Amino acid sequence: MDKIINIALPKGRLGDKVYDMFEAAGFPCPSIREPNRKLVFENEEIGIRYFWVKPSDVAIYVERGAADIGVAGKDILLEYKPDVYELTDLGLGKCRMCVAAPKGYVENTKRKLKVATKFSRIAQDYYSSIGKNIDIIHLNGSIEIAPLLGLSDVLVDIVETGTTLRENNLEVITEILPISARLISNKASYKFKTEQIKDITNKMSIQAGLRND
Amino acid sequence: MLFDYNMLDDSEKLIYALRALYRQAGYTQYHMSKFEEYDLYVRNKDFLVSENIITFTDTNGKLIALKPDVTLSIIKNNIDEPDRLKKLCYNENVYRVSSGSGCFSEIPQSGVECIGCVDDQCIADVISLALSSLALAGQNFVLELSFLDILAKSIDRMSDDKTIRKQVVGYVSEKNTHDLEKLCGNNPLNDKYCKLVEKLTDIYGTPREVMPALKEICDEGGLNKEYQKLESVLSLLRGNKYEDAIRIDFSLTDNINYYNGFIFKGFVEGVPDHVLSGGQYDSLMRRMNKDSSGIGFAVYIENLEDITIE
Repeated sequence: MDKIINIALPKGRLGDKVYDMFEAAGFPCPSIREPNRKLVFENEEIGIRYFWVKPSDVAIYVERGAADIGVAGKDILLEYKPDVYELTDLGLGKCRMCVAAPKGYVENTKRKLKVATKFSRIAQDYYSSIGKNIDIIHLNGSIEIAPLLGLSDVLVDIVETGTTLRENNLEVITEILPISARLISNKASYKFKTEQIKDITNKMSIQAGLRND
Repeated sequence: MLFDYNMLDDSEKLIYALRALYRQAGYTQYHMSKFEEYDLYVRNKDFLVSENIITFTDTNGKLIALKPDVTLSIIKNNIDEPDRLKKLCYNENVYRVSSGSGCFSEIPQSGVECIGCVDDQCIADVISLALSSLALAGQNFVLELSFLDILAKSIDRMSDDKTIRKQVVGYVSEKNTHDLEKLCGNNPLNDKYCKLVEKLTDIYGTPREVMPALKEICDEGGLNKEYQKLESVLSLLRGNKYEDAIRIDFSLTDNINYYNGFIFKGFVEGVPDHVLSGGQYDSLMRRMNKDSSGIGFAVYIENLEDITIE
């Protein structure tokens, strides 16, 4: 193997599934399964180095070239618009980006709509696309509480099963777009490690296809 | 005290090496002021990498800007002579917002501009000079090259809807064929050209590797004239010492409104971002009421700071 490929994996539940997929695609690194706090794992034989990073940071590692490829959610890619290639849809971590509000919510059209979200850009892009001027309230977590306390009228967030919404008397009003994990690549790395990155992309696409079947 | 070449740091060495390269190729050094009237940039803000510009008021009340770009100043300050070819080179600082910090920074650039009568030979010469510039900056380098007319015409024939076209360009630039496929499936688009654009997005390789496949795509899409133009310029580059560093890549779609024809970007191994960027900008010339054609490129010296120059 001529060049080592650095792969940024998102820490957490999604990351474990993503690694399983890499392993099944023929890029194993057994040491990653050992219980320890290491962050970097290498399989010299096949020229692969994995490292765990915060899911929202994967795109930054890849864009800046610290990782050649990585796996990031479509939500992160749309929110931060990193300058990277998006090579394949892995079909993992499927969920929806939605607008939600308290049950029975009726919009007050006399003033600007107040939208609470972690995803300011996605919310802004969505409301501009339907020609609506909004007031964004950027929060870093527990978005569901914002409309309940009157901080906002609606929220824009990721909905997986909808349980949190239901338990808090909220409901989805509009689905903005479906979200899933994508394999991304640094643009410069793609030029110098073309064959290896293409090989990984093809094998991962096959795995994604098998999962969907 | 005698001047010692080794006193220069690597980026200074590169700047002088590039200047020597351009002077040898017959380019005239062009100096310009650090600032221009703000109006020039407002009228052409789509051409700029960032809309943020540092401005101040001159003593006569005019709003002035620290130059965020070199090409616009060169076009503005040169007489329109479409029958002649003017070859200019420069080392200048531009002032832009850095994508990392979000703050203004001073960015050194070296580059060339050919203005006037730009024919295939001139395009090939500029691409060849871009290759030689990259060779000065690193041993292992790649120049990715696209001929925008092929992609732009295919996308135009795919849909009349501007929003959809913009989305398509976005997906092509990400090499994102999976979302492109979904978009084609969910909208009433021209199926034949959807497939062609997907194929164009997938193309990546040296001219020798990809031209046969590209010919088939162009035959199918009625783009023979465009294919011939690309082939004609590539034939002039055949035998070039660095020919194998060229990669045909249609995902290069930067500023499709202003650039036309050939566009290219250079990468040096070990640098995670592009270090050279350029192309033809005839549409920009027309917008600035000039009949001349134009092609040029800039080398981003700042991105090469960690590279050792021999």
